[in-house]
Amino acid sequence: MLHNVGNTLSLVLKSLINRRATALLTVASIAVSAGLLSVVDRIRTDTQSSFANTISGTDLIVGARSGELNLLLYSVFRIGNPTNNVSWNSYEQIAARPEVDWTIPFSLGDAHRGYRVLGTDPGYFSHYRYADRRPLAFRKGGPFTTATETVIGAEVAEQLGYDIGRQIVVSHGLAETSFIVHDENPFTVTGILARTGTPVDRTVHISLSGMDLIHSSGGSDQVAAPVDGYEPEEITAFLIGLKSRTAIFALQRYINEFEDEPMTAVIPGVALQQLWGLVRVAEYALLGVSAMVVLASVLGLLATLLVSLNERRREMSVLRSVGARPGHVFALLLSEAAMLAFLGALSGLLLVQFGILAIRPFALSEYGIQLSVGLRAFDLYVLAGILGIAVLVSIIPAWRAYRNSLADGLTVRL
Amino acid sequence: MSGSAVSSENAIAISGLRFGFGSDDDVLAIRELRIRTAQRVFLFGPSGCGKSTLLALVGGVLVPREGAVAVLGKSLASLKSTARDRIRADHVGFIFQQFNLVPYLSVVENVSLPCRYSRRRLKRAVDADGSLEKSAARLLSALGIGEELRSRKSTDLSVGQQQRVAAARALIGRPELVLADEPTSSLDADRRREFINLLVSECGRANSTVVFVSHDASLATHFDLAIDLQTANAAAHQSNAA
Repeated sequence: MLHNVGNTLSLVLKSLINRRATALLTVASIAVSAGLLSVVDRIRTDTQSSFANTISGTDLIVGARSGELNLLLYSVFRIGNPTNNVSWNSYEQIAARPEVDWTIPFSLGDAHRGYRVLGTDPGYFSHYRYADRRPLAFRKGGPFTTATETVIGAEVAEQLGYDIGRQIVVSHGLAETSFIVHDENPFTVTGILARTGTPVDRTVHISLSGMDLIHSSGGSDQVAAPVDGYEPEEITAFLIGLKSRTAIFALQRYINEFEDEPMTAVIPGVALQQLWGLVRVAEYALLGVSAMVVLASVLGLLATLLVSLNERRREMSVLRSVGARPGHVFALLLSEAAMLAFLGALSGLLLVQFGILAIRPFALSEYGIQLSVGLRAFDLYVLAGILGIAVLVSIIPAWRAYRNSLADGLTVRL
Repeated sequence: MSGSAVSSENAIAISGLRFGFGSDDDVLAIRELRIRTAQRVFLFGPSGCGKSTLLALVGGVLVPREGAVAVLGKSLASLKSTARDRIRADHVGFIFQQFNLVPYLSVVENVSLPCRYSRRRLKRAVDADGSLEKSAARLLSALGIGEELRSRKSTDLSVGQQQRVAAARALIGRPELVLADEPTSSLDADRRREFINLLVSECGRANSTVVFVSHDASLATHFDLAIDLQTANAAAHQSNAA
């Protein structure tokens, strides 16, 4: 039995090498379709987990009145821009409420060489959580203690080659190169955060007083304000951690109906679900299209096999004459389809690995999406699925070859 | 392998045979035909008289409507198709008019092909020459295919060379029966004579029964016995009369 399988496979391989042009094209089309399906699913799941890992342990995100998604995106993911600010007064009122455990103020709107600058208070480093409630850790140094100190994310340090003690300048606005460079107020790097795989890695953190420093028209004469207890006029958004999660909906309603100014409070998990709901249609459409491409490539394989049958009738009858049974002929075609599908799917999946290695840095720095490398369960399903479908459809040509070999006898009349 | 038990006075015994394709009229009707073991038989008749069909019936690839075909003492009608396939693989070597070789295999691979499907022939080839490759090489050189051609692709060979490779393939593992269907029709007269001499002498050495089919009655001199299929086939008379 094993002897026969080995025989059949070696024949199939030699036969395919003989028809390598069409075989390679078939393998390539299957590879493209398998790779497409794999990469679409990988980007889909990696995007979801990257987003889901970005924020953890925060009960509410609060900002000026806007869409829930918009608030989530600009405050946590640093995507898009805030519509308005929240007054410090309102922030203090909410922070003082008894059910609130901690708050982290966010002040956004500036950039350092393309990396967004986040003005916050030292509580950020102790309260902010990502992934599975993991706290931020310092790879080097510690939190800022004065207005002219800064803590940078792992990606910023790595890409720009910054180390502790480095003086950096923050520009006003978000452009990579801004006309207004506040070079009179350089910041000193005092801490570098450990990598988190979230937008934190791409953020330059300064204090709220430092934020005001770069926006004030003063100059070198301005004395740096203390970091603790500094009160700016307004901030962009803030995060809330509650003592007990049972208060979450009541507080959300309170903020959404806040009288002094219009504000929006979102529960991160709920807003993320909204986001998934929004992109799910697109995801499924992409997956559906990829599945259709797989189907098309398998149909291409079927067409190639059917076309090859006629020109291989003599070959089949020669094999019959030397002792091959019709079952051997059947197995020959099934194995051929399986081999093409397997080689195609495997090379597609491997190409995806190289492709992901290539686009990984870009996806991380531009979109904050941590793409995973290595074969996953889904890839095995793709491989098995394509193999299964290919073998299934190749029953048609295999059956025809089987019938031909019975009807033709040993002499083919062509 | 029970194949070694297959032996008989007659290599081929046919009686009361009738065969036709699908629902068409009979193309072959043979009352009695016996070919003794180790005999070299020449079967001739005009094209369309059922020569190739008869070989396919003897090879167990086609099944008669009526009557019995026994090969090496085994009645094919009583066997399942897989068992008929096994008898063909183990005991019968075929040579056709043309396109004998698998194009993507080398000359040696083509010659060794029957041993992929028959352990018995593999064993006999190894027993005879020490290894399958040596056996293929011996047959090829006996049939005048030089060493330089053996690893070539079969499509690189001339038609005459291809036919000799096909003969080597039919002979490997010393099958008891060699069936040749117009193997020389694409060769010129000199090559034809040479090919038949080589084939007959190699079959004699292997003690194989040869059935050589051709429309060219002038080749009969090379064989022990000549059978006119036109006369033997009752169905041919009918269609000719009509």
